[in-house]
Amino acid sequence: MSDKALETEDVSVVFDSLEVFRNLSLGIPRGEFVAVVGPSGCGKTTLLNLFSGYLKPSAGRVVCSGRVRMVYQTDSLFPWQTVAQNIALGLRNVEDKNERAKQLDQMLRLIKLDDFASHYPHQLSGGMRQRVELARALVGDSDILLLDEPFSSLDYLARLRMRRELARMLDELPRTVVLVTHDIEEAAQLADRILVLSDRPARICRELRPGLERPREPTHPAVVEAVHCVLMELGLEESKPQLFAESPVA
Amino acid sequence: MTEKHLPIAVRLLPLFVLLIGLAIWFSLSRLNLFPESVFPSPVAVAKGLGTEVRTGRLFDDLIASLFRVTTGFLIAVGLGLPTGLWLGHHFRSRLALLPVINFFRSLSPLAWIPFAILWFGIGDLPAIFLIFMACFFPIVIATVGAVAAIPSIYFRIARDYSFNGAELLMKVTLPAIAPQVITSLRVTAGLAWLVVVAAEMIAGRDGLGFAIWDARNGLRMDLLVAGMIVIGVIGVVIDRILVRLMRISSVRWGYER
Repeated sequence: MSDKALETEDVSVVFDSLEVFRNLSLGIPRGEFVAVVGPSGCGKTTLLNLFSGYLKPSAGRVVCSGRVRMVYQTDSLFPWQTVAQNIALGLRNVEDKNERAKQLDQMLRLIKLDDFASHYPHQLSGGMRQRVELARALVGDSDILLLDEPFSSLDYLARLRMRRELARMLDELPRTVVLVTHDIEEAAQLADRILVLSDRPARICRELRPGLERPREPTHPAVVEAVHCVLMELGLEESKPQLFAESPVA
Repeated sequence: MTEKHLPIAVRLLPLFVLLIGLAIWFSLSRLNLFPESVFPSPVAVAKGLGTEVRTGRLFDDLIASLFRVTTGFLIAVGLGLPTGLWLGHHFRSRLALLPVINFFRSLSPLAWIPFAILWFGIGDLPAIFLIFMACFFPIVIATVGAVAAIPSIYFRIARDYSFNGAELLMKVTLPAIAPQVITSLRVTAGLAWLVVVAAEMIAGRDGLGFAIWDARNGLRMDLLVAGMIVIGVIGVVIDRILVRLMRISSVRWGYER
């Protein structure tokens, strides 16, 4: 079995006359947390859609080794279901009823919402709803977690808290993660590897490895440094501090 | 703030309004500004109502009207909801059929009365037909609108978690449209109750509408007002029953967000 959980081989994606990717090759090893940043409309979400199987490439091959779950930018909890029922969607493949109940209880405790199991999404705060979204994707036997700007609707402080929550949840339930985000600080705080995409047709124009254990403080020099480097790559900053190693781009 | 959290004095406000209305009615009739034959007093109406209850006629008329409304309404829901679901999911069919459905929705159901009598004669059937015609099209339109408004992300989630066709209908589409459909059921049930009275006036030999028409022909304005009061009260009761559907915990999101 390949050590790669996700792989694209010479993938091209063209919508009508819009070329999103041209011969994109990328491998993501099992257990790695990759963040993808880049200009708006460069194809970040398209990349997730390729990995989830929702979109087929116009050319090339996408290999996905494991069960994929995705967390979306928009509120995607079923509002007619309780917190427990929403999370239980992630346990549909678990056949044993007792095992399902056990895993559900564990997950509710992990996201600290065991007192809110019978609440409906509209009765929760934005941060709580996002925790339920993550729980639904993490519960059960999934291997790969695709996150499409999952915290973009939250305020800054809530986003900081959710980053910690995510890091804590992944400690308990390790997964291969691809996080698409506009929030460069979020990428620098969470990812093992940051991929900076160029404008369309998107290519990986920079890879950064902050090289620190999670959770990282947003003001840690390595995080600040990574943010600087990404901003520079996107043409939004001038100077270029160098505090950690970069990987050469293939 | 929900109704049960209000102070008792505030919750009794509708009762106060009712009492004030009765007091005004009573005072006007005491002033004898209008003859009893065109403006019956509350006392005369209460007596008339008592007579109708004692003889059992009110009960018979009530049962007849409720039977017609329930039957016509349920047939309209039973056919309108699936039609709306189907059209909501099929763009081309929606494009083709929606103008026709809108056309029939815009027709007053009372315009069908001559055909109802010609086709079904006198009795239950013409009233049921008219109620069906009044309710079916609005239910279809409301259901189509509700299906079209379901956020596509719910279907994406259903796909991610491998829902099959039946699950998609039962666990996504129906719960997602439930709040809007319940609202439309409230509106159409009110419409059905309006139509049954009109239908019974023309194409009935019993029922509350016929009772009013009969009272008018016999110049019994007290019985006519008694019939109006019963119709109004039953209309409110039907609405209160349907309002309870809005309190089901799995549809409250549609009203509280």
